[in-house]
Amino acid sequence: MQYVALIYDVEDRPQSPSEFEEMMGGYFAFNETARGQGALLGGEALEPSSTATTVRVRDGEVLLTDGPFAETREALGGFYLLECRDLDHAIELAAKIPGASTGCVEVRPVLHIPGDG
Amino acid sequence: MTVDRALTRLVRDESGRVLAALVRITGELGLAEEVVQEALVIALRRWPDVGVPDDPRAWVITTARNLAIDRIRRRRRFEERSRVLGELAALRAPASPEEALSAYPDDRLRLLFTCCHPALAMDARVALTLRTVAGLTSEEIARAFLVERTTMQQRIVRAKKKIQAAGIPYAIPDPAHLEERLAGVLSVVYLVFNEGYGPTSGDLGLRVDLAEEAIHLGRLLHGLRPGHQEVAGLLALMLLHHARRHARFVDGEVVLLEDQDRALWDGEAIAEAMPLVEAAVAGRPGAYALQAAIAALHARAPTWEATDWPQIEHLYRLLRVRVPSPVVALNHAVAVAMAHGAPAGLAMLDALDEPLAGHHLFHSARAALLVRSGRPDEALEAYRRALELVGTEPERRFLERRIAALVT
Repeated sequence: MQYVALIYDVEDRPQSPSEFEEMMGGYFAFNETARGQGALLGGEALEPSSTATTVRVRDGEVLLTDGPFAETREALGGFYLLECRDLDHAIELAAKIPGASTGCVEVRPVLHIPGDG
Repeated sequence: MTVDRALTRLVRDESGRVLAALVRITGELGLAEEVVQEALVIALRRWPDVGVPDDPRAWVITTARNLAIDRIRRRRRFEERSRVLGELAALRAPASPEEALSAYPDDRLRLLFTCCHPALAMDARVALTLRTVAGLTSEEIARAFLVERTTMQQRIVRAKKKIQAAGIPYAIPDPAHLEERLAGVLSVVYLVFNEGYGPTSGDLGLRVDLAEEAIHLGRLLHGLRPGHQEVAGLLALMLLHHARRHARFVDGEVVLLEDQDRALWDGEAIAEAMPLVEAAVAGRPGAYALQAAIAALHARAPTWEATDWPQIEHLYRLLRVRVPSPVVALNHAVAVAMAHGAPAGLAMLDALDEPLAGHHLFHSARAALLVRSGRPDEALEAYRRALELVGTEPERRFLERRIAALVT
């Protein structure tokens, strides 16, 4: 099954260069683990939510808002697309994402649409 | 056996096992439920003509399995061929009725771990366990938990959808994760038991079948992990409480532990529990083991007065460290009163006034200690406060009798 792991964390947490190094090391280690299990289908880190633009179309008109859809302390900072045996496997991997220890990771199954590819 | 009796018995006693077998075979809860229902309808139509089969349960399982194969074949149009072929390969019929039977405990355990998965909300875990593993109707579960039937149905449907869509596995967790998952399963089983032992409200004091179902699940878990102390502790605790079932109510009226006719206690259940308690309390006992040890001391005592109160008081002291809840503290205070006199117990109770002022058990326990301390006026006041807060009818009548005894 395919799952998306959405990583939410506080964006403006002050970080020393060594803390940043440590965090990146954690992500590289996670990538290795997931790749080793054949579970890593993709994933990206995102620019901060201050760079986000929310798009809505109402009555055919495109409406733009500066910033993310939800105003919360923790913002979406990155995601992984994972191929897992089942939810237990996905949870096990999600718990290894560094963001799970500082913020949280939402695990969502990918909707399987019959006949679509 | 008549068709009606055979079917009633099957639905009442075996539906959890039959469903669990079909979930194992099909890997899908929704599909399993549908085909079991359909197989029962076929049985209802056919058995009057051809007679009840020798093994009704095996017949229903086989029929439901064949229906499942048909349905999965029909899905081929909609899904990738390879996946369907895989599912078909997994649909292996048990070689013999014996093999089918031997798979039952594992099937039910697997289903239990699925229903108790921590990715589901706690209320959904309990409801789903009662619905699928214990085979209760949504209506019965709704009544037990005092919610609308539709609310309970929605809760169960939502949980089933999540199991399917999120890929919660039908599996007993591997040894590396079994330990952390077991605690959650134990608490669901204990909740089921408590619902059978003393429903939170309503007119019926006792639902023996729920309690027995929980004990059955406890035995299955004990079979899975015989050396696990808290599993042994919970099973012993349930057995010891269940052993008192015939003494707890007389003519629909509540009888307190101190007034129970101990000859009515179930010696067989107590005998089964005792070695479990021994095993559970070795080393550093957990919360279930400690409660089981307390229940075991009650089970051994010839009378309420001749109970080993100092030992029970000590066990409650340990339990309070594990479970820092005011209700445990309340029980501890009662044990202190028995071991060291009513005034000592009352002093402890008074310190619990803040967290427990809304709990009828606090006021009735306090009232009993006030009676023993020779303070009947305050006791009467406390019983009246308890009466305002009480939930079930038998408990209400019990308090009314106590008040009547003080007034006359």
